[in-house]
Amino acid sequence: MSSINIDFKQSFFQLFDLQPSFALDGATLEQRYRALQLQVHPDQAAHLAAAQQRLALQQATFVNEAYQTLRSPLRRARYLLKLNDVDTQEETNTAMPLDFLMAQMDRREAVIAAQQQRDVAALDELTRLMQLETRELEADVAAKIDGEKNYLAAAELVRKLRFMEKLAEEIHAAYDEIDN
Amino acid sequence: MALLQISEPGMSTAPHQHRLAVGIDLGTTNSLVATVRNGISTVLNDEQGRAMLPSIVRYVDAQKILVGEAAQRGQNDDPFNTISSVKRFMGRGLADLGDTSRFPYRFITDSNTQTVQLRTVAGAKSPVEVSAEILKELRTRAELSLGGELVGAVITVPAYFDDAQRQATKDAARLAGLNVLRLLNEPTAAAIAYGLDNAAEGVYAVYDLGGGTFDISILRLSRGVFEVLATNGDSALGGDDFDQRIFCWLLEQNALSALPASDTRLLLTHARTAKEQLTEHNDTRITAMLSDGRVIDSVLSQTQFHEMSNNLLQRTLQPLRRALRDAALQVADVNGVVMVGGATRMPQVQRAVGEFFAQTPLTNLDPDKVVALGAAIQANLLAGNRGADEWLLLDVIPLSLGLETMGGLAEKVIPRNSTIPTARAQEFTTYKDGQTAMSIHVVQGERELISDCRSLAKFELRGIPAMVAGAARIRVTFQVDADGLLSVAAREMRSGVEATIEVKPSYGLVDADIARMLQESGQYAKEDMQARALRELQTEANQLVDAVQNALLQDGDLLTNTQRAAITAQLENLQTCLAEHDTQILQRAMTALNDATVNFAQARMDKSVASALSGKKISDLDI
Repeated sequence: MSSINIDFKQSFFQLFDLQPSFALDGATLEQRYRALQLQVHPDQAAHLAAAQQRLALQQATFVNEAYQTLRSPLRRARYLLKLNDVDTQEETNTAMPLDFLMAQMDRREAVIAAQQQRDVAALDELTRLMQLETRELEADVAAKIDGEKNYLAAAELVRKLRFMEKLAEEIHAAYDEIDN
Repeated sequence: MALLQISEPGMSTAPHQHRLAVGIDLGTTNSLVATVRNGISTVLNDEQGRAMLPSIVRYVDAQKILVGEAAQRGQNDDPFNTISSVKRFMGRGLADLGDTSRFPYRFITDSNTQTVQLRTVAGAKSPVEVSAEILKELRTRAELSLGGELVGAVITVPAYFDDAQRQATKDAARLAGLNVLRLLNEPTAAAIAYGLDNAAEGVYAVYDLGGGTFDISILRLSRGVFEVLATNGDSALGGDDFDQRIFCWLLEQNALSALPASDTRLLLTHARTAKEQLTEHNDTRITAMLSDGRVIDSVLSQTQFHEMSNNLLQRTLQPLRRALRDAALQVADVNGVVMVGGATRMPQVQRAVGEFFAQTPLTNLDPDKVVALGAAIQANLLAGNRGADEWLLLDVIPLSLGLETMGGLAEKVIPRNSTIPTARAQEFTTYKDGQTAMSIHVVQGERELISDCRSLAKFELRGIPAMVAGAARIRVTFQVDADGLLSVAAREMRSGVEATIEVKPSYGLVDADIARMLQESGQYAKEDMQARALRELQTEANQLVDAVQNALLQDGDLLTNTQRAAITAQLENLQTCLAEHDTQILQRAMTALNDATVNFAQARMDKSVASALSGKKISDLDI
C-alpha cells in the first residue's frame, strides 16, 4: 500500500539507504528499488482517490529518477559531484586534452565510415573499444571521487565520459541506420 | 493539476468487498473481455458461448447499431456503414492512412481535431465513437455475466501506440461509460498472464502480431517483478496486411481494377479465409462472384503466399533487432519467446521468429486470449482486490518525447524505453530582446527533424516579463503517467508565469465533447448518480484539505507570505463549502484551491525532479 511518505528532500542515496559513493552494489540498489516501487507505484493506488493517485505518481516518478540516476555510472558521478557542489560544466568547459579530442574525432569518423559501408563487424569492434575505454574512465572516476576526493579532477573525467556516451549513441544510431 | 501529498490513505476503499473489474483486449479484428473469478483469470463469453467479439460495428440507420457477428453479416452488402479494423484509424489523420482506396469506407476529416471520421447512414462517426460501441457491448456482457456494475476496466493498447492513439483509446472507454483503471500494453499483458501462470523467470521476448498492429517487447521476469526492458514495433502492420497481399494478388490474377466497395469487401473477406486455410493446407481455392456477375476462381499455394508476404515478415524483424539493442541484449540472452495475436498462427511467422531467436516459440497459450487474461489480472489488482501473491509491473514509453527547437529540430526530453511514470525538466531561454511569449511544440518520435516526428501539441507561454534575449529561464517539465500519457508544464523561473497542458488537442476528443456525448447516450441518467457524486466529491474534498495542510507543514517554506495567505483563504473556503451539500459549490471550491496551489505544487515537483540535464546548454526557442 502506498502508506509510506517519501521525503523529497533526501538524496537519492538516502532514499535507497546507500552510502554516497561512486562504488555501488548494483544488486542491492535494484532490490531496494523494487521494494520501494512495490509500495509507491501508481498501480497500488489506482483504487484510491485522485489525490492519492497523484501522490503515487509523484513518489514513483521520484523513485524512478533516483534509480536511473544511481544506476548509470555517468549520471551517478555527475550527481555525486553536484552533491559536493561541483558543476561538471559538460556544455561550457571545452578545454579537453588535444590527444583525447583527436582520438574522439577518429572514432566518430570510423563510425560514419562503418555506417556507410554497412560494416557491422567494424561497429562491433568500435563498440568493444568504446566499452573498454568507458570502463577505464569509470575506474578512474571511482579513484578520484571515493579515494582522493578530488572532485575537480573527477569533473574532467565526467566530461570525458560524456564524450563516450555520445559516441555510444552514435554507434547505436549507426546500427539502426544499417538496419533501415 | 496540483500534485500534493496526503496523509491518510485507504479512505475510499470498502474493506473485504470484491470489486468487479475487467480486462478488455480491444483488438483490430476481435475484442475480448475477461475477469478474475475465484482467483482465476477467465474470458467472459456471450450468451451463445462465444469468447471473441468481432470488432465490427454496423450503423443500420440513424438509431440502430449492430456490433460483432450481427454487424459482420452485413459487411458485404453494406460496406460503407459496416466498420471493421477501426483500431487502425484511432488518433490518426487522413494523411497517416496512406492509400485510402484500399479501405471500403468514405473518409472525411474532422475540421477541429484533424482526425479522420467515417461517413455513415447515422452521420459522421469518429473512430473513438465506433470503438466505444464495441466497448459498450463488452461492458454489457461483463455486467450481465458478473451481475453488477464494474468499478473499472483495464484496456489494452499496442505497446507501440503513440500518445494520440492512447488518448483516443482512453476517450473511447470513457465514452462507453467505463472507468479506465489503466491503459496496459498488450505484450506486457501477455507476459503477466504467461509469467504468473508458468512462474517464469528470466528474459522473455513477446512477439505480438495482431490484426493491425505489431509489437515486440523484451521483459525481465524475476520474483514477481515484470520489468519491460525495451519495446518496439509498427502500429500499422498486422494480419490485415497479409490479407491485403492476397487481395492484391487476386486483383492482378483476374485483371481487376477500381472495384465497387462491396466487391472490395467481398474479396477481402475471401482473402482472409484463404490466409487461414493456408495455415493448415498446402493450397486453397478462392471462388467468388462479383456484383457485375464476373466469377473469380483462383488457386493459391502456401509457397506463393509465403513469397508474397515475406517482406511483411522481414518488417517485423527490424523492430526485433532494435528492441534487443535497446535492451543491450543478445539473442542468446533470451530465455523464451511468447507468441501473441491470431496472426502468429501463420506457420511462416512461427518459422521466421524461431529462426531469429534460434529456439521454438512458446505456443502453449491461446494467442487470441492471453492479452485479455493478463489485463484482467492487472484490473483485479488495480481495483484493490488483493491476491496472495504480490507483483509489480514496470513498463516503458515506446517513443521518445521532445520539443521543437530552432531550425525545426527535435530535442529529446524523455528518451524511448524510459520506465514510467517519469518526469524530466529542460530549460530554455528567449531568443529576442523583450520577448514576452514563447510557443512550445511537443513532438513524439525518434527522428531529428520535427517534420518526421508526430506533433502532439502546441501551446504558448505568455506574460514572460520583458528581458534581454537569453535572460529568461523557461523550464519545461514533461510528466508521463503510468498509462504512458504525457502532460507538459512550462514555467518562467524568475516570474513564476506558467502554462500547463494535457497533451491531447492535436488528436482525440476534448473533455467537453465527451461530456456531451455521455449525456446524449443517457447512461448517466440514474437517479442515485447525483447522491453518489456528492459523496465521492466530499471524500475527495476532505482528502484535498488534508493534503494541502500536510503540504503546508512539510514545504510551507517554499511560499511567500502572500502565496501562503492565498492558499489558506481557499482552504478555509473549501472547509466551509463542505457543509453545503452542493456538488457545484464544492467543485468550484476544490478547483479554486487546486488553482491556488498550482505554483506550490510545481515548486514541490521541481524540487523532486532532479533534472539530469541541469547545466546543459540553454537552447534558444523561437517564438
